[in-house]
Amino acid sequence: MTLLITVFAAVIATVLWYVNLNKSDMKLGTLALMYWGASLMWFVDAIFEYAELGAEFFTPALEDMINDSYLGLCVVALGLIIWLIVLFVKDPKGLIRKKLMKN
Amino acid sequence: MACFLVPGTEAIVTTIVTQAVKAKEKKDSKKYIEGEVHENTVVTKFSTKLGWLNKMLWGGSALLAFEHIWHGEVIPVFPFLTAVKEGETLGMLKEMGTAGVGMAVLVTSAWVGMVLVSSAIEKRKAENTEENKAEA
Repeated sequence: MTLLITVFAAVIATVLWYVNLNKSDMKLGTLALMYWGASLMWFVDAIFEYAELGAEFFTPALEDMINDSYLGLCVVALGLIIWLIVLFVKDPKGLIRKKLMKN
Repeated sequence: MACFLVPGTEAIVTTIVTQAVKAKEKKDSKKYIEGEVHENTVVTKFSTKLGWLNKMLWGGSALLAFEHIWHGEVIPVFPFLTAVKEGETLGMLKEMGTAGVGMAVLVTSAWVGMVLVSSAIEKRKAENTEENKAEA
């Protein structure tokens, strides 16, 4: 579930990056790449888990699924927080710098 | 156990390489300004392309590190890894050598694919520009 939720987050971030390609400096590419990196890593993890568990891999217990989903959502939230920090530090539009200079 | 340490280590190396490449590109761009080298093609800098890999590696490692904390595999006290604390260092190293290396290889392969595609697009764009110039 963690892998699935991260892949969905990566796809949504990529679509948003593509749609806003020429008109936005929101660092959406960074967010998409972060999620894709994590998705690829969890995919490798899933392959090794599948090799170990076999078909059982596709029928997880309900409790495990809920825990993994909760983890997946927390991972997406952490990714968004990292992206926000990167966005504010880089400040591509210079808005924060402008605001701070004004005060 | 600690598979994220492999792509994390790769991220440190690629970040250092990116800084070196950036410095070299800055030096080379001065040459362009001084008129020693003239080229009209606009291509994405290699440091920018390395930046894609850095973002995937750092982002992926950070999110995986969080997952390891969640599962209690990383602890806030020395030796920071539960596997080492419980004497499963060999198993941990084996996992790093298989899953960890696999993660680093897959992410790097995906990046190589991205670089090849973007280079092909840039090459085609440059060829089209030259053709248009020749026609004019």
